[in-house]
Amino acid sequence: MMEFENNQGALEEEESQMESLILNDNTNNGGDPLSNGHPLSPPAEIPTSHDHTVNDPLSMTSSPNPNSSFNSFLEPPSYADAVFRSFDDGHNSNNNKIVSTSSASATSSSASSSGEYLKISVTDPQKSQDVVGNSLVPGGGSYVTYLIATWTNLPEFNGTEFSVRRRFKDVVTLSDRLSEAYRGYFIPLRPDKSVVESQVMQKHEFVENRRVALEKYLRKLAEHPVIKRSEELRVFLQVQGKLPLVKTTDVASRMLDGAVKLPKQLFGESVVSAAVDPSEVVQPAKGGRDLLRLFKELRQSVTNDWGGAKPLVVEEDKEFLDKRKKLQDFETELTNVSQQAESLVKAQQDIGETLGQLGLAFVKLTKFESEEAMFNSQKVRAADMKNVATSAVKASRLYRELNAQTVRHLDKLHEYLGVMLAVNNAYADRSNALLTVQTLLSELSNLNSRIEKLEAAASKIFGGDRSRVRKIEELKETMKVTEDAKSCAVKEYERIKENNKNELERLDKERHDDFFGMLKGFVVNQAGYAEKMASVWETVAKETSGYAKSS
Amino acid sequence: MITTQRSMNGGGGGLQSPRSNPPNSSSPYLTVSVTDPAKMGNGVQAYISYKVITKTNFPEYQGPEKIVIRRYTDFVWLRDRLFEKYKGIFIPPLPEKSTVEKFRFSAEFIEMRRQALDTFVNRIALHHELQQSDDLRIFLEADEQTMERARSQETGYFKKKPSDLMQIFRDVQSKVSDVVLGKEKPVEETNPEYEKLKRYIFELEDHLGEAQKHAYRLVKRHRELGQSLAEFGKAIKLLGACEGDALGNAFSELGAKSEMLSIKLQREAHHLLMNFEEPLKDYVRAVQSIKGTIAERANAFRQQCELAETIKLKEIDLNKLRLIRSEKMLDAEHEYEELKADAEDATRRFETIVRLMNEEIVRFQDQKTQDMGLAFHEFAKGQARLSNGIADAWRSLLPKLESLSAS
Repeated sequence: MMEFENNQGALEEEESQMESLILNDNTNNGGDPLSNGHPLSPPAEIPTSHDHTVNDPLSMTSSPNPNSSFNSFLEPPSYADAVFRSFDDGHNSNNNKIVSTSSASATSSSASSSGEYLKISVTDPQKSQDVVGNSLVPGGGSYVTYLIATWTNLPEFNGTEFSVRRRFKDVVTLSDRLSEAYRGYFIPLRPDKSVVESQVMQKHEFVENRRVALEKYLRKLAEHPVIKRSEELRVFLQVQGKLPLVKTTDVASRMLDGAVKLPKQLFGESVVSAAVDPSEVVQPAKGGRDLLRLFKELRQSVTNDWGGAKPLVVEEDKEFLDKRKKLQDFETELTNVSQQAESLVKAQQDIGETLGQLGLAFVKLTKFESEEAMFNSQKVRAADMKNVATSAVKASRLYRELNAQTVRHLDKLHEYLGVMLAVNNAYADRSNALLTVQTLLSELSNLNSRIEKLEAAASKIFGGDRSRVRKIEELKETMKVTEDAKSCAVKEYERIKENNKNELERLDKERHDDFFGMLKGFVVNQAGYAEKMASVWETVAKETSGYAKSS
Repeated sequence: MITTQRSMNGGGGGLQSPRSNPPNSSSPYLTVSVTDPAKMGNGVQAYISYKVITKTNFPEYQGPEKIVIRRYTDFVWLRDRLFEKYKGIFIPPLPEKSTVEKFRFSAEFIEMRRQALDTFVNRIALHHELQQSDDLRIFLEADEQTMERARSQETGYFKKKPSDLMQIFRDVQSKVSDVVLGKEKPVEETNPEYEKLKRYIFELEDHLGEAQKHAYRLVKRHRELGQSLAEFGKAIKLLGACEGDALGNAFSELGAKSEMLSIKLQREAHHLLMNFEEPLKDYVRAVQSIKGTIAERANAFRQQCELAETIKLKEIDLNKLRLIRSEKMLDAEHEYEELKADAEDATRRFETIVRLMNEEIVRFQDQKTQDMGLAFHEFAKGQARLSNGIADAWRSLLPKLESLSAS
């Protein structure tokens, strides 16, 4: 998230300095510039060339109360927000507000159009203690819980308003479960564990950052058309007490399974856990369990990359491959743009600050010249200077507001970088599923050839070969099982492909809307503030035009 | 009375280069322009030379028009001569010598310096007293050899005439005796109005310095913003290229606009530098020049006081000698008369300085109000122009964006 808040405090301090300087200024300056009318009133007398056909939001509405006191120009023009809101509906994100307030809306535009809503807020971090002190980490097993409140009218939920307390570990669990259950989908990434940061940062700052990140994450989940209806999310949001989303496997037992051959691993014979059904095969092999399976799949992937023979099933969907390449390019360029956007924001911030400092320096000069004036020319100069000074401060303020809006708009770029990560995960799901299918196919062909070899050898012996025949029986049994597993794997692969496809369509549409919204917002913003600044300076130029009569 | 006029060859930029009315043979005029900077020489010895074109009908001058080649040190010579001869007058300031090697020959620096030198000479040419200076005439008309001779004669401490050296010696002497006698501070005027003026000048320098510093930073910020707009535009264009379709088109258009605006910003940065920051810098230099005049006045005052002291002592001596009718009396009387003449000189010099300063300060304040007024006008004009340019550019993009997003 682009940070720009750092120097706001300093600038505000400068402005309060300026305020006090102006207020103490009692001398009668010739030609008080402020009495010439509020500088932000519609510049009727100044010819401007733009046409207003398209641009309602840009028409300069005059400030509510043009008063000529010294302090009027110190009030930020608050109508700016209203002016620029028209393109921004649905893209506002006010991170820290409780969602029930009118302006902030966490729902995507599609949800709001169908009348459904799912609003989530994360607040009230509180320290909590582990009842059973079984934590290995020093700190006595204390952790932070957050109050997660939901407002919804989705039928899946029983109820419209409810809240639970969750800790970060629960969020990790939720995220893991979703990844397993929704392979192929573009699932928003959960916030980092930030182990280093949690040690280095101030506790309350870290907790606040985390709170904001959690809220963002849950809201993104709530925007996803499929995930928002998921049982996992519902349980997380609604079920009181300890989160009942349990990890599906016991690590220890899986380690043992790893020593057993692949088919057996899928169908029981494990020491502790119950019979495993074919659907287990649809989970990707994970480290710590499925060691043998991992090994086989690794061998398969090496064969795919380096072996002479083509794998039995390949990624054939050319459209998919093209799309993926395109998205990779998009991600690269997006990263670049996002960096440049940060520089742009920084540059805007800097110029605003320097304008403010310049204005302040001139205010001091004005005061000095007025107080020490021995000649009338000094008084005139002081008046001119004051004009410039106040305009510079005004412009500085405008830059600050411009920047705040710019950050909001360009933040979309950062968001999509996150989306690209989710896309990559979904593609990884697909690759993994394909690899599983390929592995099983290899396994099948392997088994087949072994059976054939045995049958050939057995047929040579008259009367049959007891042990060989038994072996063949076993192998045939194994093949049947592996066949089933393969069918399962193929189904899963197809399922994931379908998910990818749907998600890609959704992404394309959303990307189209989101980026156009961003571009429009950015452009309207820039144009609007440039207009305001032009107006401020045009006034000064006019008032000092007497000096230029000879040029 | 003072009108500004743009000459053809790059004079008359932001700094208000005062020029008197053009050739109208009845009224006297003296117009100068400093143009055509050219790099001369190589390596460490390289320097910039300028063409100085003088148009005048002053009787002392050689002709209606004269062109000479001068370099920075020639201008310095002129300033130093004027400073010596016209104590009390605020000599127009010179741009600083550049210490940073790589900056010395940058186009921007050369242009800034040329402008400042042009203003310098013209201010002298317009000042009713300074314009009559012989040194000015030498500067504007002498051939290169004469100029070089004059210049090398005046370098360093050796330029001081013997009487000046004596004066310096006496100054040091009196300083020492002051310390010895326990008088720590040198003798100063006790004129409250003058005190006020001195304080004003010193404080003004601080305030102006700060304003100028921020003005310079503002120039830099414009450049930086321009730079980042260019890079942003380029990056967005690349994004558009890989996106394709309507959205890609939109990105490309935005990128192009961004790059275009970057150019506007660079232009405005230059305008800001020449027409706002430089005048402010010039103002600072002018104030520093005044400080020099203040120092001269203090010197003159001190000399006057010391001579008064010396005379008193001499008088006592003389009376003693008169009483005892010594042969030394005649010599002493002689010396006494000389001292009295010196004292009158010193007083006259001091009073001239005071009178001139009083006139100069009025002129200075008027001039600065004009200069600053123009600088503010240019500043505001430039900012308005820039902002309008930015607004127009972005606004013109909106209809395209609308149509693309609908497609």
